[in-house]
Amino acid sequence: MTAPDAPTIEVDGLRTHFFTKAGVVKAVDGVSLSVRRGEILGLVGESGSGKSITGFSILGLVDPPGRIVGGAIRFNGVDLATLDGEALRRLRGDRIAMIFQDPMMTLNPVLRVDTQMIEAVTAHRSIGRTEARDLAAAALAEVGIASPERRLAAYPHELSGGMRQRVAIAIAFINKPDLVIADEPTTALDVTIQAQILYEAQKLCRTRQTAMIWITHDLAIVSSLADRIAVMYAGRVVEDGATADVVGRPLHPYTQGLIGSVPSANRRGQRLTQIPGMTPSLLDIGPGCAFRNRCPRAGDDCAADPAVLTVAPARAVRCVRPLLGVGA
Amino acid sequence: MADYIIRRLLQSVAVVLAMSVIVFFGVHVVGDPVYLLVNPQMDQKDIEAAIRALGLDRPIWEQYFHFVSGALKGDLGRSFIFGEPALKVILQRMPATFELAIAAMVMAIIIGIPLGLYAGLRPDALVSKTIMAGSIVGFSLPTFWVGIMLIMVFAVMLGWLPSTGRGPTASLLGIESSLFTLDGLRHVLLPALNLALLKMSLVIRLTRAGAREAIHQDYIKFARAKGLRESRVVGVHLLKNIMIPVVTVLGLELGNLVAFSVVTETIFAWPGMGKLLIGSIQSLDRPVIVAYLMIVVLLFVVINLVVDVIYSLLDPRVRLGASAP
Amino acid sequence: MSSAKPDGATTPAAAVETPLRRFASDYLESPVAAAGLAILVVILLLALLAPLIAPQNPYNLAEVDVMDSRLPPGSESMAGLKFWLGTDGAGRDLLSAMLYGLRISIFVGVMSCLVAMAIGASIGLVAAYAGGRTETLIMRIVDIQLSFPAILLALMLIAVLGKGVDKIIIALVAVQWGYYARTVRGTALVERRKDYVEAARCLGLSHARIVFHHILPNCLPPLIVVATVQAAHAIALEATLSFLGVGLPPTEPSLGLLISNGFEYVLSGKYWISTFPGLVLLATIMAINLVGDQLRDVLNPRLRR
Repeated sequence: MTAPDAPTIEVDGLRTHFFTKAGVVKAVDGVSLSVRRGEILGLVGESGSGKSITGFSILGLVDPPGRIVGGAIRFNGVDLATLDGEALRRLRGDRIAMIFQDPMMTLNPVLRVDTQMIEAVTAHRSIGRTEARDLAAAALAEVGIASPERRLAAYPHELSGGMRQRVAIAIAFINKPDLVIADEPTTALDVTIQAQILYEAQKLCRTRQTAMIWITHDLAIVSSLADRIAVMYAGRVVEDGATADVVGRPLHPYTQGLIGSVPSANRRGQRLTQIPGMTPSLLDIGPGCAFRNRCPRAGDDCAADPAVLTVAPARAVRCVRPLLGVGA
Repeated sequence: MADYIIRRLLQSVAVVLAMSVIVFFGVHVVGDPVYLLVNPQMDQKDIEAAIRALGLDRPIWEQYFHFVSGALKGDLGRSFIFGEPALKVILQRMPATFELAIAAMVMAIIIGIPLGLYAGLRPDALVSKTIMAGSIVGFSLPTFWVGIMLIMVFAVMLGWLPSTGRGPTASLLGIESSLFTLDGLRHVLLPALNLALLKMSLVIRLTRAGAREAIHQDYIKFARAKGLRESRVVGVHLLKNIMIPVVTVLGLELGNLVAFSVVTETIFAWPGMGKLLIGSIQSLDRPVIVAYLMIVVLLFVVINLVVDVIYSLLDPRVRLGASAP
Repeated sequence: MSSAKPDGATTPAAAVETPLRRFASDYLESPVAAAGLAILVVILLLALLAPLIAPQNPYNLAEVDVMDSRLPPGSESMAGLKFWLGTDGAGRDLLSAMLYGLRISIFVGVMSCLVAMAIGASIGLVAAYAGGRTETLIMRIVDIQLSFPAILLALMLIAVLGKGVDKIIIALVAVQWGYYARTVRGTALVERRKDYVEAARCLGLSHARIVFHHILPNCLPPLIVVATVQAAHAIALEATLSFLGVGLPPTEPSLGLLISNGFEYVLSGKYWISTFPGLVLLATIMAINLVGDQLRDVLNPRLRR
């Protein structure tokens, strides 16, 4: 039994590699993070930074040619890597749930909404169909869908994008999981709908005390939503801490670059700062800090893998020359 | 939906009409059947009487009109050989052919889909490679030769199954069929297998292609993320998506199956329409040939129409029209 | 972060890679397809050289003795000739009959394929180039041809035309031309919009020259793939028709007729008369299919390596 204030999930040095014909893609290369009950962690990074793969790794849904090659994932104290397929399946959808990015492709187009919601419930407990359907209707109402009965009888393509994503959220929360991983759920939606979705998700999280990992590339979204932020670059977490700290006083040059490029953070008329260069390909990436080619502060010592510096409790950075004078 | 059906119906009628013209005039170019049936040694007067009785003396377009108006009343001429209405002769044999076609289709589906699924989901396994190799062989086998080999092995050498003929029939829900008797099933097994072989390879390849593509879709990943059993992920989510194109193709193949039964029926002496057709060609029984072709055309057109409707029923995206914004 | 090559040595120039050589190496990547090609070549050689290698000319009545009929494989004739695969109902050496039959089967199949290709490709090109109502009309006719079951169409035509090698070829052509027409029209439509056609027109080249010199060569790859599939179908269809007794006449017996002749003896246990010709037929069709499959994979522009 885990202590009440122990983290719901603790990822320790996770490494997930893809063994392709062209070489080894180190999609996730040493990621550590932790989330407590009722806490929202924002996992931020560009596309290709490995954030989605981190989410899939936690759920055990990494498709070949990829697989987890190292590290531990402790969920409520149990290391998920030690569980067999059937045990993992029982956790999925029940104790750990996931919301995907594009609800058009994730909901099966030839099955009705109620079928897809009911099966999420009946896969984990023996319960009658009518009872399960009532649960589904209640779940839909909770995410702000009016007339849930009509939506249940519909097919996915009959619903709007925002509606579909609400259905996906409802499915994720229907079994009252301990952890929900949301993988860029608002990227495919209009800005106005985005705000609503964010609101619903946050509300459910707080009322149920569910731990949430919100994966996104959009720093602006996550700064209003998350309690803590972890920034990923090229398969590694380069900085993490409380949202206010990371956004207000970033330690890693990359984080600073990200913040600087957000339009709202700049004064009118000022040029948007840009991080020069491009994200490196993760194929056969060599040792050393992956950001050094684009970093204004890089030096020769960046050619060795930077260690993780814990600057304060729950405040860490992976850099040999972090901002604000900490370190060498 | 309704006007779609009406449009398709009109198209179908046009096709049937066009085919009737082609069929009728084509068959009438064949040699003069008069002297097959009428003894040339007979009196000229008797020959002429026979010609008049069989309607062979009218100008050809008049014969055609006579033919069409008769067809609409269900009269497609009288068989020269059997002396009975051609339509009746064919309809008598239709149930046997349908039995064969349906048995073959069922076999192809029951065997083909699981094999195709397996090959699609585990493409690198040895079993899958064997299945695919087998499907190429199945594809290349000449049906008639396989029929002969089947008879040789199972009827002559092993003596397990009968080599010819149709079994006794029984009645179920008002339908008379030999599929309802045990002995009937024994008789239909080899011919159905023979007919099914080619279709089986097709089904395997289709299912495999569909499975290979669908397994990487997001909704499969999502289904797994919900913690569903793999059996449900494959059996419900995957299968329902694959079935749509497979069923469509198979439906259209049913017509082909009926046509191709000509060969199987000849080998196994199965008393169906196909065997009748071959005999009619060889004896130049024009009315039967024409009636057969018309019925097959009609069958094709009806099957096409039904498959289109079923397709729209199966795929909710087609049925319910454009999606909401 | 690549470092320069250590001592400035240059890599040796690659061997000149012509498209043909690349195609050959791509094709041979699959051992199964290579085997198929090998088998096909052997079969074609056997068919070509049949009169030279067959132990007996089975259609020379002087060489055939009805007393030798229905002998099992391995027996010997009165005159001491060894029947490796036995004899058929009329006393002909099965091996020889098969070689001659193979010859005819392949000849009819390939010939119909080539004629159908010529006709179908031309029609397809015309349709693509003409466009508009002409194209729609032509493609409708093609659709009708394609949706009608081949065997029925062939039966109808033969019922009308009668028997004979040329009539069979006509029937086989009628059954296939649609595939070529549809393929060529599809490719030609794509090619027609490409820049080099525009350039040729600007140069004032005649329509015929543009079509035959420029568009057609680019339509060849899918055409070749379709041709192999259809060749296999044509051979199988001819065999089926001959078996049913409405195919080639007995004076030009193909493998189908041999199998048909042997059918009546199956029930009495004389399996060889039908079995061996069938195996040869199967090998031929399968080899063509294997080659065709690999050709399709190699020539598919979407799978460009």
